[in-house]
Amino acid sequence: MSDHKTMTLTLIVWRQKGPKDPGKFETYTAKGITEHHSFLEMLDCVNEDLIRAGKDPIAFDHDCREGICGMCSQVINGAAHGGQDRTTVCQLHMRKFKDGDTIYIEPWRARAFPIITDLIVDRTALDTIVQAGAYVSCHSGGVPDGNAILIPKPAADEAMDAAECIGCGACVAGCPNGAAMLFTGAKVSQYALLPQGQAEAATRVKSLVNAMAECGFGNCTNHYECQVSCPKGINVKFIARMNREFLKAQFV
Amino acid sequence: MILDGKCPTGPIEKTWDKHRFDLKLVNPANKRKYNVIVVGTGLAGGAAAASLGELGYNVQAFCYQDSPRRAHSIAAQGGINAAKNYPNDGDSIYRLFYDTIKGGDFRAREADVWRLAQVSNNIIDQCVAQGVPFARDYAGYLDNRSFGGAQVSRTFYARGQTGQQLLLGAYSALSRQIKAGTVKMYNRREMLDLVVVDGVAKGITVRNLITGELESYAADAVCLATGGYVNVFYLSTNAMGCSVTANWKAHKKGAFFANPCYTQIHPTCIPQAGDYQSKLTLMSESLRNDGRCWVPKSKADLNKHPDQIPEEDRDYYLERKYPSFGNLAPRDIASRAAKEQCDDGRGVGPGGRGVYLDFATSIKRVGADTIKERYGNLFEMYEKITDENAYKRPMRMYPAPHYSMGGLWVDYNLMSNIPGLFVLGEANFSVHGANRLGASALMQGLADGYFVIPYTIGGYLATVKPGVVTTENPEFTKCIEGVNAYNNKLLSINGKKTVFEFMRELGGLMWENCGMARTKESLELNLKKIPALREEFWKNVKVTGSGPELNQQLENAGRTADFLEFAELMCRDAHHRNESCGGHFRSEYQDEGEAQRDDVNYCYVGAWEYKGDNKTPELHKEPLKFDNVHLAVRSYK
Repeated sequence: MSDHKTMTLTLIVWRQKGPKDPGKFETYTAKGITEHHSFLEMLDCVNEDLIRAGKDPIAFDHDCREGICGMCSQVINGAAHGGQDRTTVCQLHMRKFKDGDTIYIEPWRARAFPIITDLIVDRTALDTIVQAGAYVSCHSGGVPDGNAILIPKPAADEAMDAAECIGCGACVAGCPNGAAMLFTGAKVSQYALLPQGQAEAATRVKSLVNAMAECGFGNCTNHYECQVSCPKGINVKFIARMNREFLKAQFV
Repeated sequence: MILDGKCPTGPIEKTWDKHRFDLKLVNPANKRKYNVIVVGTGLAGGAAAASLGELGYNVQAFCYQDSPRRAHSIAAQGGINAAKNYPNDGDSIYRLFYDTIKGGDFRAREADVWRLAQVSNNIIDQCVAQGVPFARDYAGYLDNRSFGGAQVSRTFYARGQTGQQLLLGAYSALSRQIKAGTVKMYNRREMLDLVVVDGVAKGITVRNLITGELESYAADAVCLATGGYVNVFYLSTNAMGCSVTANWKAHKKGAFFANPCYTQIHPTCIPQAGDYQSKLTLMSESLRNDGRCWVPKSKADLNKHPDQIPEEDRDYYLERKYPSFGNLAPRDIASRAAKEQCDDGRGVGPGGRGVYLDFATSIKRVGADTIKERYGNLFEMYEKITDENAYKRPMRMYPAPHYSMGGLWVDYNLMSNIPGLFVLGEANFSVHGANRLGASALMQGLADGYFVIPYTIGGYLATVKPGVVTTENPEFTKCIEGVNAYNNKLLSINGKKTVFEFMRELGGLMWENCGMARTKESLELNLKKIPALREEFWKNVKVTGSGPELNQQLENAGRTADFLEFAELMCRDAHHRNESCGGHFRSEYQDEGEAQRDDVNYCYVGAWEYKGDNKTPELHKEPLKFDNVHLAVRSYK
């Protein structure tokens, strides 16, 4: 269909058979790639060649391929999701690369995210944090009318800024301490900003902070790498808000 | 067989309330004795698992992703409908009911649709209580916008990520129940069989996608909330992992598949750029609130920059054809109109497969900042994919497969014809008829999960003794052995073509011959070609690796094998339905481009029964009665 010029690229990809395998980099060539290929479509092409040659394709997580499910997770040339502003791997397009480029592809690397196979990691620790209390304990049914409690637009908008997090874990992968402060800060802030979240605000922030430590995440030392890595542009101010909420909770 | 949907009778506005009262209840102390399996954790499955866990049932929930938060409901952009009538513009439960029946081209059950419209208001309250940050106005009230197929503003939204926010709401409720121990969550599991014991659904077989091990789970009821099947077209707006597999396995165990030919082709998606492409990206229908669809009037203008085509040389074809709905015409109509323009040789962009969606008029009227506030993330997404700035140059759009209205047949209680098997959300066929209106999928998923299944499942469970069947039952071993043999067969073929190649070929056949327009001939062609392709698949597919390990090729191969069987049923259904309605457009049955229904012969739900490999399935009919909305030609002119 397209008559675009094509690129040939050298890929240096992390391959690891299982959690206990030491893993190593392997080199592959991607041929016939156009500027309109997404990064994952480029990997699809490489995998098709590997399968035809009877070799194991590169395993990687992906699903929606439109930047919202948060499943894709690769460190590309040292940057989570490839380092483009507000872009997931699946939305990264090959027009950002040049013919002849060498590209390094690695999994998320963090203590709390053990590698499963190749580029796939285990992110259940993020679910564990949410289960610790990132919710409003309301029942199905028996709640007031949606307009019964007014929410000032700035508060609703800021809660939405925090709620945009897709839970991909890039903030953890980007952080030199492997911290999940941006992820958790966004959760704490979303509920702290809304009247519905007030009743449980103090217990929530305490248990979420606790869960972070128990899951093996590090702490924040203000590198701001998380914000740069975040494909949804979640702001580090939410970490500050979490810290404030945490402090406040000590006096409740 | 004539199927009975077991719909309550009497005045429509009392049906659900009366039915709820008539349903049997399970004593609170007894609920914990019952095990319920929920497969899929999107809006329907996530909400169901959370609500059932909260009621006190023992719930086991399953998803193929690494977290329940990633189900594809998350990708819905535009919004969710409810009959709140907050804007005071004439909405009511009755109007939402009426619009949905009409929008579905009179191929849905009245009682089911009424219930949906009735509980729509509870959904908004529920989500607000959960902390879903819906858009609000400066006074702090919930904001609404209009959406395709409706003349009132009843759509609630959270920027362009409504599905994400609603799913995260359901996921938060689910997480709360996981923490409370009422729900046990199994991530990265794919359902590969339904276990039926003495004609009753009693469990599932799943593959652990990390270890490759096959596992059995038993329960007193099984709920499938496993989404739709439009990945049968290969290129669609669905996630890569969306498949017909869970539904198809249940179908092969006896569940009837209803109206498989009703698929929705969404009018506003980014056109395909190349053959390597793996999926299509949707741009929310809400864009049609402010964008105007047009193509050049003359083919001579096709290669011009859109700015250089003056107003009088543009054909705003939706405004021309449907003056009262204009750019807000329903999806099936808008998609077909786009195809018509392109078939006429006036499509824009690569391959002439595109129409413009132009925001210039709205930017002039309300300013670029307002447009950015409304659709900023969509414009950003568009630019990432196409490298074009839609504030300056109209978007290029083309229809793409998006949603399946068909699904497993269920009665009013959402139970399939297999006792104990419930089907929720997009996976069932129940409320959208032959065409779904925008912002109604989120509404249905959450309605089924929060407010329907918690009542109706009790009515069933109250009639069965809990825990009678365990995984010790030989039927479980039999299912595991069957799945194991099937997977080993896939792995042993070692042919020459990859799974993707087969899927691409099947998708091409379906899009070409069973897509936006179908004919008797095109469908008959497919009914020959699909079995041949399936035969080739089982001789010539190449799947690397082994069973007991993480093997994404094996996952894809299994899903493709199921699509290769399902596709035939879909074409068969489309072939038998000698009429056009909603998303099912048979070119032979039209009135100058408008769908021509045949209410005398086809006013029924067509539910297919599986009769064995390579055997002709049997059609069962459930007649549709319209007591409240009069059957009429659906006009948006």
